[in-house]
This record gives sequence, structure tokens and C-alpha cells, in this order.
Amino acid sequence: MPHEPEHINLKIFAREPAPRNLAGAIPVFHRWIQDSALNELLIDVADYRHVPAGPGVILVGFEANYSLDLTESRLGLLYNRKKPLPGSLADKLRQAWESAWAACRRLEQEPEFRGEMRFDANSCEVIFNDRLLAPNTPETFEALRPELEEFFAGLWGARTFTLARVGEPRERLRVHAAKAPA
Amino acid sequence: MKASNPFWKDYLEGQMPPHLASEIDAFESDLALRRQGKIDERVFAEIRLRRGVYGQRYDSGQRHDGRTTRTLAYPDGKPTKGPNTVWDAPGMQRIKIPFGGLNARQLEVVAELAEEYADGVAHVTTRQDFQLHFVHIDDTPTIMRRLAAVGITTREACGNSIRNVTACPLAGVCRDETFDVTPYAKMTAYYLLGHPECQDFGRKFKIAFSGCKENPCALVRMHDMGFIAAVREIDGAVRRGFEVYIGGGLGTVPYQAKLFAEFLPVEELLPLAVAVARVYTKYGEKKNRNTARIKFLVNKLGIEEFKRRVEEERAGLAHDPRWGEMLRAIPAYQEGPLKDPSLLPITGPPPEGFERWSRRNVYRQRQVGYAAVTIALPLGDITADQLRRVADLARKYTRETVRTTVEQNLVLRWVSEADLPALYAELEAAQLAEPVAGSIADIVACPGTDTCKLGIASSRGLAAELRKRLLAQGVHEDGAVSNLHIKISGCFNSCGQHHVADIGFYGVSRNKNGYTVPHFQLLVGGQWEENAGSYGLAIGAVPAKRVPEALERITRRYLSERTFGESFGAFIKRIGKAECKKMIEDLMHVPPHEEDPSFYVDWSDAREFTIGDLGVGECAGEVVSPVDFQLAACEREAFEAQLLLEAGQIERAAQAAYAAMMHGAQALLRFKLGSCPEEPEAVYQQFREHFYDTQLFFDPFAQGKFAHYYFAAHRRNGAAHDAESARQQIEEAQLFLEAAHSCYARMLSARAGK
Repeated sequence: MPHEPEHINLKIFAREPAPRNLAGAIPVFHRWIQDSALNELLIDVADYRHVPAGPGVILVGFEANYSLDLTESRLGLLYNRKKPLPGSLADKLRQAWESAWAACRRLEQEPEFRGEMRFDANSCEVIFNDRLLAPNTPETFEALRPELEEFFAGLWGARTFTLARVGEPRERLRVHAAKAPA
Repeated sequence: MKASNPFWKDYLEGQMPPHLASEIDAFESDLALRRQGKIDERVFAEIRLRRGVYGQRYDSGQRHDGRTTRTLAYPDGKPTKGPNTVWDAPGMQRIKIPFGGLNARQLEVVAELAEEYADGVAHVTTRQDFQLHFVHIDDTPTIMRRLAAVGITTREACGNSIRNVTACPLAGVCRDETFDVTPYAKMTAYYLLGHPECQDFGRKFKIAFSGCKENPCALVRMHDMGFIAAVREIDGAVRRGFEVYIGGGLGTVPYQAKLFAEFLPVEELLPLAVAVARVYTKYGEKKNRNTARIKFLVNKLGIEEFKRRVEEERAGLAHDPRWGEMLRAIPAYQEGPLKDPSLLPITGPPPEGFERWSRRNVYRQRQVGYAAVTIALPLGDITADQLRRVADLARKYTRETVRTTVEQNLVLRWVSEADLPALYAELEAAQLAEPVAGSIADIVACPGTDTCKLGIASSRGLAAELRKRLLAQGVHEDGAVSNLHIKISGCFNSCGQHHVADIGFYGVSRNKNGYTVPHFQLLVGGQWEENAGSYGLAIGAVPAKRVPEALERITRRYLSERTFGESFGAFIKRIGKAECKKMIEDLMHVPPHEEDPSFYVDWSDAREFTIGDLGVGECAGEVVSPVDFQLAACEREAFEAQLLLEAGQIERAAQAAYAAMMHGAQALLRFKLGSCPEEPEAVYQQFREHFYDTQLFFDPFAQGKFAHYYFAAHRRNGAAHDAESARQQIEEAQLFLEAAHSCYARMLSARAGK
């Protein structure tokens, strides 16, 4: 792996049955901008509900985007880090998880979703949004595995989870992480 | 912005054509110089535009969040990337795709860029480009390098330059074409790219090629310069050439291109293009961008004088050896199939939904046994995953023969017919098999308020809503309305091509008791066929939230009252615009805010619709100000002008349009001064003094353009009109009145703020 990975994306999946209608996300995300709900610069809301298996509704920010993402027709909160961060990969994963999970908790409370939006803290996907810093190869995955394991061990406990490289070679490197059932 | 940016240059070394690599290096240096403050912001803005790096909404660093206008707190200490344009604010990257032609690897790279630098979606435009939104300017050199490595340049995708050269997406496989225009479009695009004679235009310049006259695929007659394939027998030999049109364009006031030459031999194509560029450079407007498109020059000179000057320039052109070289390369251009021709198997049941899809999305090529398949994209949007699937299918079923279309779709050409069921099944799995191509649900929309700085209302929001409802009703599948075209622009600038739709819309705003309400002007009577054969005219502004109802009324009325075989256009003509307006008149009413606040919020938005920080006026009740009444009366006058034009009363129509503008000016003068004169010259003088010289009437982007419509009409009042000039004056009157509404809203806002 030639360089330190950057631009971590992290998707925390919604619990089934997940809401099918994301119209509520539009006022919610606009309100987050109005209320400066997150401690970062939030710019606008992009509505892609018309695109099947697409980005859903995006809260566009300067440091990161947050979206109720429908890629692979599976709803989740996608945190897309845009601004580079200092620190190790584990630090960057931690920051991404904390930001994403905080957004999930906030979404769960929003009245527009009437309690139907619930997220699963026991599984997620990590996407390395840079094909040059983190090429989608088995070698990169193996090189990153120790830091991924360190992070998820801290989150879920040692030896309680699985990591798998998913998707096809042309995609960005994507790692599915799941906590083993107790 | 991307940590990997510095590494891509080395990584791609040797993969980029050297001339593209050095151009991108130069652009990167310009970025560095601008960061150091060594390039003026205006100069830098044009530099980046000529690389396809465009601004986006809110890049001024201000945004109204529905409650108040806020400063977006971007990091300090950076320069602007143009006047009033914050460096760190997201922008748009336009990617030029000459004649819409793409191969599989290029699709994959666009997918990668959409994922890594934008929002995961690539957007196909109405001019066969791709656009990526929410892009940081620091990432653009890397984006360009990755595109260059697969043979794509973004050069002159925006700015005052030759824009993407478009062509019919069925060129070469069309059953009606005279010959395949693809290699000629390609030759023209690359010959003119960066050509020294095309670097000093006052505005952009758009070129289109069509293989035939009747079909609409290339919309030649709404372009600055358009070519329609033609053949002629000369000295016993059949020679190829083009029917040439010059001076068309939509924009605020649309112009039909004028016939420049009935037959231009192909040998003269490139020399003519250079000669036209010279005339445009020499005589075109440079200072006032509002009258700088070539359509204004052609209109001013008249087509005969324009032609004389072009011929004069042509005679003086030094011979360019590339003219012959490029032309000699044309016969070598060929596009063919991957597989042998075959017929659709008739044994066994086809996959579910195949028949419907096939009826709508499959075009039998003139080459027997092959089909062109349209992949209908909702609002022109496609995800990175879907782009990769299309690349796979292009490799599997064709020789990677993919085109973008001006209807914001993709076309896969040269599919062997026996493969259609399998291809359908794979498209269906990728959610790319919606059977709507070319139907009423295949709505075209510009970016509008989603991302465009000029957008007034949400064209994409409205398009998504209409699309959803039409699909639910199933009207796209069959019947008389299924083939109607709907096109939507977010403002009067026509990027959604609303003038050439059966039913078009463009975004406007209206004031209601101190609130601003999103509306859409509804246009009927436009013609998509015959290369954009005629333009529609507005019949009234409908609140955005009532547009679906207005559409339903019009289409229902057509269904119930049309005569046998009567087209929509013929139906509209028969019943007349006054009757059309009657159909929607009651829908033009806006309930008070306290009764139904949903009218004050645009589609796909949750914020209360405002322009800037316009607040609630002093009138809380259902009170209509005299200015509202007067402007409404002016709109009636403008509409009556249309009816007069429709009745062939040209002079009266022009006079009514002028009167509408003058009365609009009077309404504003009364509001500002408490009184105003009645005599036209005095109205003109006072309006100029109080609204133009003070810039009070100026639109933030169009500046004094709309006032000039009134001034021009005043100057020529009493002079003779023909149908076209009267039509233009009516269009201008409508736009002047839109500007009057906006000006009034700004004045109200200013008073409320005191």
C-alpha cells in the first residue's frame, strides 16, 4: 500500500424493516443546518430519492457529507469524510464512527421518522474513498487489517467480529464488518 | 482537498496525451498563482470556466436556510475563485463528451470520479455532457488528469468558447438519416478545440449535427450553428454536404436559426466554421453579455449581410492542411457490432416486462438484426455502480458503442436483436430498465435551484414529482399523451429547453402578502420534432405546488376533446391560448400563508421559499397591493399580445407587448415615487432615471438586461414588425414583467427591513 489511507466512508445500516420513504429526511437535514446541529460546516441538502439504489438524501457539508444512502438497495447512514484528518487509520476510523453514530442517534429521535428509523450498531461497511491511497486489492486489505481489527476490537470487543472485503475489483476498497451474534 | 492529488500526476504519467497533460499542468499552475493572488479573480474565473470548472449555488458563501441568510463559515485566508465566489465552496465539473460518444473504460472513470470527488452521481446534461456536482476546485486538476488518461478533455466545456459539439445519438444507425454525421461532428469538435480563431468570443457557441431534417434528436434549429446532412448530385456524382443553419438559441428569448446554406459540401465544413468564428469575433458584442450570442448578431445584420461577411472571411482564409487531412480520415471512421446480426427469438416467453420495455426503449437500426437501446435515466442521473454495469453491458453486447443523449439518457447501439431479452434482464437487475424512453415521464430538467446559481425554482424537484405521479398513473405506457414531451427549466435561461416541449415550464416567483411564492410559467405549443421546429409561449404562472394539477387538466382535456389523430400541438392551436389559460386560471390563485404554508415551500425542499432575506411584509392579512394588481394587469396584456399574434395581428401584438412593459414600469414608478407620468416618453425617462441608472431594477446576474427590453421596445414603438420580431417582443415583455415582480419584491423587502 503506497500511502496512508484517507477519506474514510462509513455506512451504518438501518435495522429492518427500514423506512421506505425518505421524504422526512429533507426537513430533518434542513433543520440540522438551521440549528447548526453538528459541530461542522453544513452547506445544503441534495435530494436523490429518484435514483434507484442511489445516494438517497445527502446532507452536504464541508468536512463531510451525511446521507441516508440506498446503495445496493440497503438503507444506511453513510458518513463520507472529505477533509483529510491527521492521525492513524484507527484515529480516522474512530472519528468516522463517532460522527456517523451520533448522526444515527439523532436521526432515530427525529419526529419525521415516527420511531421507524433504527440503526444497527453491530454491523457497518468501511469504504476507502481513494483508489490511489487505498487500491482495492487483497494486499491493501491485508495491510489495513491490523488497524481495522484494532478499531473494531475497541468498539465491539476482541475476537467478536468478522471482517470481509466485499464488492468487485473496480469498486473502492470496501470492508464489511459485523459483530458476531452473542 | 484530496490527499492523493499530488500523487496522481506521477501515477498517470505516460498515460495522458502529452498536449492534455501540459494543458492540465498549466491549469494547475493557474490555480497556484490565483492562490498567491497573482491572477485577477475575473481572469481566473474565465480560465477555470474554459476548463469546465463551474460555480455552484451558494458559492458566494451566503445561503438562506429558511429562517435567515447565513454566512457559510469556510476557512479564512483563501482567495476567491471568481468574483464573489468562495474558494472552498463546492462547484461543478462539466465533462465534454463530443457527439455523446463514450467507451466502457470512459464510463468507468466517470463512475470513479463521481464516487471519489462528487456525490456519487454523474449527471447527463441536455447537451450530451456529464456533470459532477459538489466538487472542490483543488480536486479538479486530478479529475482532468484521470479523464485525460482515457482520452477525455474538459477544455472549453464552459466559458466563452465552442461548447460540446452534439449530434443525434442514433447517427449511423438511424433509419431516416441521409448519412452518418458522427465523423463530421467529431472532426469539427476536435478541429475547433482550442482553435486560435475561437478564443475571443463574447459568449458561448453551440454546434449540433443531425442526420435528417424531420427528427428532433439533435435540435439543430436552436443552436448557434447547426448542420443537417444532405446529398446532392454534382457532375454526375453524389456528393455529401450539409444544410447549414446559423443564429439559433434558446436563452431568455429564443431565436430560430436562419438557413445559411442549402448545401455546403463537406470539404467546406471546417473552413466555414472558421469563417463564422472570425465574423463572430470581429462583429459580435463583447461588452454586454446579454446581447453577445451570435443570434443577436445575425438578427442585427440580417442573414444575407451576415452571409456576405462570412464569405468575405472565407475568401481571405489561408489554407489549413488539416482541413484535407481530417476529411481524408473520415472514411476510416467506422462503428460496428460485436456480434452477428440476429432476430429476436420467438420461442419461449420473454422476461416479464420485456414487451413494454422493448416498445419504448428499443429502436430497430437500419442495419437489420441490430437494435439501439435507450437507458432512461431519471432526471439524467446515474450512480457509479450503474455506470459500471452499463460499461459491463457495453462490453458484453456491443463494441462499447455508448452515446449520451440531449434527453439526458444513454443509448447502447449495435445490440444483436437476439440478445435483447438477456440485455433487458441485466438492465432490470441494475434498475436501469424503466420503460419510459421518449415518453411523457422521461422529463428533461436543468439543475435549477438544486445547484445552479441562477435557478429561481426547483426544476428537478418538480420533475421528480411529476415523474413519480405519471409513472403511478401509467400514462407513459400508451395512449395519446404518452409521447408528449415535458421540459423544465429553473429560470428563464432555458437550460431545460422548455421552449421546445409540448408542455414546458420555467421557474419564476410571485409576491403574496410579503411572502415569495415559487411558481412555474407554463408554456404550450413548442415543437420538439423537426429539429426544434417551433417554440412554445407562456400562458400563465402557476404556483409550483399546483403544477401537477395543471398538467393533469391539460392532458385530460386533450384526451377527451382531441379529434381523431390530432396531435397535441394541433389541439392547442385549435382551442387557442385563451382557452388554454382558462383551463388553469383558477389554479393560479395562492392561498394566504396562514391558510396553507405548503405553497410557500418549493418541491424537494423544506425551507420557506424566499429570495435572499426577504421577510414578512407589514400586511399580515389578505391584502393585495396596487402594484400586485397592476403587474397582474400587465401580465394579462402580455398574454393578450400572444392571442393577437396567434390571430395574425402582428402590429397589435407588438404594441400590446410594449404597452405591458410600459405599464409595468409605471407600476414600479408609482410604488417608488407615489405617482408617475402617462406619456410614454416621460415614463421611459423616469424609469431609466429611477430604476436603471440607480440599478434598482437590476437582476443580480442578468444586470440591466430586462430593462433594455423595455428601452428597445420603446425606441422601436410604431415601427413595423414581422411575426418573429413581434414574438420576440412578447417574450421580452414577459421577462420584463418577471423582473418587475422581482424588483418589487426587493423593494418591499428593503422597506420591511427599515
